[in-house]
Parts: sequence; C-alpha cells; structure tokens
Amino acid sequence: MRSGLAKRLFTGWAVLVFIFLYLPIAVVVLFAFDKPSPSAIEAFGGDNICDISPANVGNVSVWNGGTTCWFAKGFEDPVYVNSIVTSLKVAAIVSVISTILGLAAALALARMRKRFRLPFDALVYLTLVVPEIVIAVASLIFFVQARNYFHLFPELGMNTIILGQIVFNASLAMLIIRARFVGMGDTLEEASYDLGSGPVSTFRQITLPRLLPAVIAAMLLTFTFSFDDYILPAFTNGTTQTWPIVLYSSVRFGITPAVNALAAIMLIATFVVVVVVALLLRRTRAARPREEKGFAAALGLG
Amino acid sequence: MARAETPPARGIPLAKTRKARRSFAPRYPAWLTFPSLFYYALFFLGPLSLLILFSLAIQSGFGSVTYAFSFEQFSQVIDPLYLRIFGQTLLMAAAGTALTIVIGYPIAYWMARYLSTYKMLILLLLIVPFWTSFLIRTYALKIILDPQGYLAKYLNFDSLYTWKAVAIGLTYNYLPLLIIPVFASLERMDWTLVEAATDLGASPFRAFRQITLRLTMPGLVTGALLVFIPMCGEFIIPDILGGGRFLFVGNAIGDTFGQAQNWPFGAALSISLMIALSVFMVAYILFATKEERFGA
Repeated sequence: MRSGLAKRLFTGWAVLVFIFLYLPIAVVVLFAFDKPSPSAIEAFGGDNICDISPANVGNVSVWNGGTTCWFAKGFEDPVYVNSIVTSLKVAAIVSVISTILGLAAALALARMRKRFRLPFDALVYLTLVVPEIVIAVASLIFFVQARNYFHLFPELGMNTIILGQIVFNASLAMLIIRARFVGMGDTLEEASYDLGSGPVSTFRQITLPRLLPAVIAAMLLTFTFSFDDYILPAFTNGTTQTWPIVLYSSVRFGITPAVNALAAIMLIATFVVVVVVALLLRRTRAARPREEKGFAAALGLG
Repeated sequence: MARAETPPARGIPLAKTRKARRSFAPRYPAWLTFPSLFYYALFFLGPLSLLILFSLAIQSGFGSVTYAFSFEQFSQVIDPLYLRIFGQTLLMAAAGTALTIVIGYPIAYWMARYLSTYKMLILLLLIVPFWTSFLIRTYALKIILDPQGYLAKYLNFDSLYTWKAVAIGLTYNYLPLLIIPVFASLERMDWTLVEAATDLGASPFRAFRQITLRLTMPGLVTGALLVFIPMCGEFIIPDILGGGRFLFVGNAIGDTFGQAQNWPFGAALSISLMIALSVFMVAYILFATKEERFGA
C-alpha cells in the first residue's frame, strides 16, 4: 500500500519532469508553423507571407495562426543552408579523427600500468572539465600567434574549428570506447594471441568487431557534439559561418519560424539516424546478448 | 591507491605469476597513445600555456601585446565589478546545480527502482531533447518565458531576463548530465541492503538516507561536478535568457575578446575562472579516475 503510493508519487514527478523536458521541443516544432504577426502581414501586402524579412515579422513568440511556407523558405535561404553544410562537414571530420585517436589510445590504455595510465587519464579528464570558453579563447590566441610565427598553420576558419574541437571530442571517444573494451574482458584476445595471431590481425578479427557498437556510439556522439558546438567556433571561426553561429545571431537579432522549421527537420533526421543505428546494433548484438552493458556504459559517459 | 596495486605479501610465487601473466596478457602497444598525446600537447596544453603567458602580458595599443611578467591584468580582475560577476556566476551555478539535483535525483531513483522493461527507452527519451540544438532549445525556453507568452499571461509567471529564467535555463540544459551518473550508481547498488534495513525496522526515509544516499554519493558528486563546472563557464544561457542584464564570467571573457579586443585581460579572466574552479576540477578528476577503477 505504502510503496504503491511512493511509486505513484515518483511516477507523477517523472511525468512532470518529462513534460518540462519536452515542452521546449514541442514549442520549436509548433512555432515552425507560426504566421508573422497580423500587423506585419497587413503592412507587407505581398503574396507569400513567409517572404517578410526577419526584421519585420513582428512577435513570433506568440501563436498567430498556422502556415507551412517556412519549410520551403528555410531551404531557400543560402545563409542557413551553407552554414548547415559547413557544420555537417566539420562534424564529420571531427568525429572521424576523434574516434580514430580515441580508439588508438583506448586500446593501449585499457591494459596499461597504472603509473602511466593515471597521468594520461588526468589529462583526458582535464580536457573535458576545463570550461569550453577557456579552451576557446586559448585556441584563438594560439591559432593567431601560431599563424603569425609559423606560416604552416591554417588561418582562422573551418580548419581551426576542426583542430580545436578534436581535443575534447577525442577524449570523449576514448572514454566511451575504453569503457566497452575494459568491460568485455580479454579472453578472446588472449586466445587469438595464443593461436599465433599478431596484434594487427587480432585487432581486425577480434577487437574491432566486438568494439563496433562503442566505436559507432563514439562517432555519433562526437558528431552531435561538434555539430551543436557554439562556443569554440564562435572564437576560432574567422569568417566561416557554422549553423550554431547563424542560429545565435538570429536568436539575438530576430528569428523567423524558418529557423524552427530547419531545427524541426534536423530533429527528425537525427531521430531517424539514431533509430536506424540502434536497430542495426541490436541485430549485430542479437548473437551476443550479454554485451549490452558496453552500450549502456557508453550512454552513461555521454 | 598504491595499496590496491601492491601484493599483500612479497611472496615469490605471487610475484612470479603476476609477471608471467603480464607477458601473456594481450596488450596493444603503448605507442598507440602517442598520437593523442602529441595532439593534446600541441592543441590543448600549448594554447593553455599561451593563455597563461598572455594573462601576464601587457596590452600595448589596440590588439597588440608586449610579453612581460606583470600582474597588471589580475589586479584589474580583483576590481569589485568583476568580483561581483565571479560571485554571481558561482552562486547561480550552485543554485542551478542544487535545482538539478532536487529535480534529477528522484528521476534517477524512479528509473532504477520502479522501471524494468522500459528502462533503456526512458534513458533514450531523456537524451532525445538534446538532439536539437542547444541554442534552439534555449530560444524555445525564451518563447515559453516571454512576457507576452501564455505562462506570463495565465500563470502570472513573468521571469524572462531575470535570474529565475537563467536558473530555469541552466537546469533544463544540464539535467541529463546529472541524472545519468546518478542512475548508473543506483543501478550498481544492491537493493537488498535497503530491504534488510526496512526489515530491521528502519523507516523508508532512514533507509534511504543511510544506505541509498550513501552508496550513490560517488555518482551524485560526479554528476554535480559535471553540472556545476560547465555551468560556471556558461555564456549562452545568461545572454539569451538573462538578456545581458545578468552577466556570467563567460560573458565578460567573450566581451574582452569580441568588442574590447583586450586579449591579455580576457586571458587573465579565463585563468582566474580556472583558479576559482580548480578545487572542483581536481575533485572531479580524482572522482572520475577513482570511479573508473571500481567500474572496471
């Protein structure tokens, strides 16, 4: 009786919190269909109400009625589209390089002696725990100075965003992959070595296939982190515009529902990608149901 | 730390088996860490060292500096204006962390205690909102909290551009970061201990305080630090939801690099932020490396 009440209380709280978590998401999607304010439409007088410039849409923080024209509008705007493409490129490169660096380090670190491992670990956690704004300004100073003194360094732009973001994304990838690598034990690797395989073929035939879920999780997570990152690119971008940078300036200087429309589409795209990957992973995991823990650990670290 | 590593007695057989095992143990070569080490040295430690160098330099004209060993920049940081910003930042982050714990701990508890089949699904649902851009989510909160919005109109809750809006924004954006480590430690906990305690006559609350809370303390501390430290470096939330009236250190740093172009002072502010947070950062690193030892 009593524990039933406790359970109901906790469930009620959880429902409230999940409403709190999802309310802004619902608002994003809903306001992708919002019309400009009535006075703005009257002043405009044109055919397509979504052609009203961001400065003149009026208050779009209240519901003015529905329209679907923002979706087309969002895809027509070259500033939005180019910045999204830039962010996708940056995120793809960052996630691949970070995952490779992280994977290599995770393999060596997992069974390294504590005396060598702990300092490396401390460094890894340090890259994650230093506030990003500090890393961002430090990187800005570094890239500008390095360019002044050694001309082989890239100018501020896409390359410096990538170089800066790899630092903490490589750490993240390393932790995710190592959590699984440590969790899965080393008996199969041992057997492979005993049977005469070298490190390369053991890696290819034993370790990599078993680590695959963690590697994919690391790639996805670093991709989303890079894609969504505003602070570091804001300082090291030069003239390059990434999607969060465009978003930030539109949030400050007048947003149109076109931005919401693009955000809604990207949310759905991400959802589809994650569901597909989860299904694929489940299929490869079906043969080894006992290894679910690694993925949970990977999620936990994220 | 060293105790766990040293064998209980210096017996020869034990030492021998350990050594023998080591040569057999499948290991990937240590040089695999070199690429990351090199990368961290160049692109992480390098910039941080340069930041320290800059914080001790002197601004000589617009956008140019003279390297020196001067504490001029730091003496500007202890100006009451900036000290207030530092105090405000730490206080708000502490409030945000407290709010996150109060809201998040029961959720983690609920997930670990009362869910079985849908546990992983709920965990996923917890993360889904964070696939939309951080900026978009914060903007959506701004719509919700807008003085002309429904919350202000019908519930009379007009909080935009006040500390309340900033606290809501912080809590919203960092909630899963606390729930996940706490949930992980609750998952590892042995619930039979709680049962034993209540069987022996402890009230549910006492059993919670003496067993559950204590056993999940490492997860709670890790989560709290994981939330508190980035909150102190926050820059977007106070800007969008605080409307520039409620500055964090991050905003002050941003301004010295954006508008003012006073890099040495910005560097000194950044180093000061690091110093202010150093206790928490060290605590986090110690906890994280320790947790991992248990986890493995």
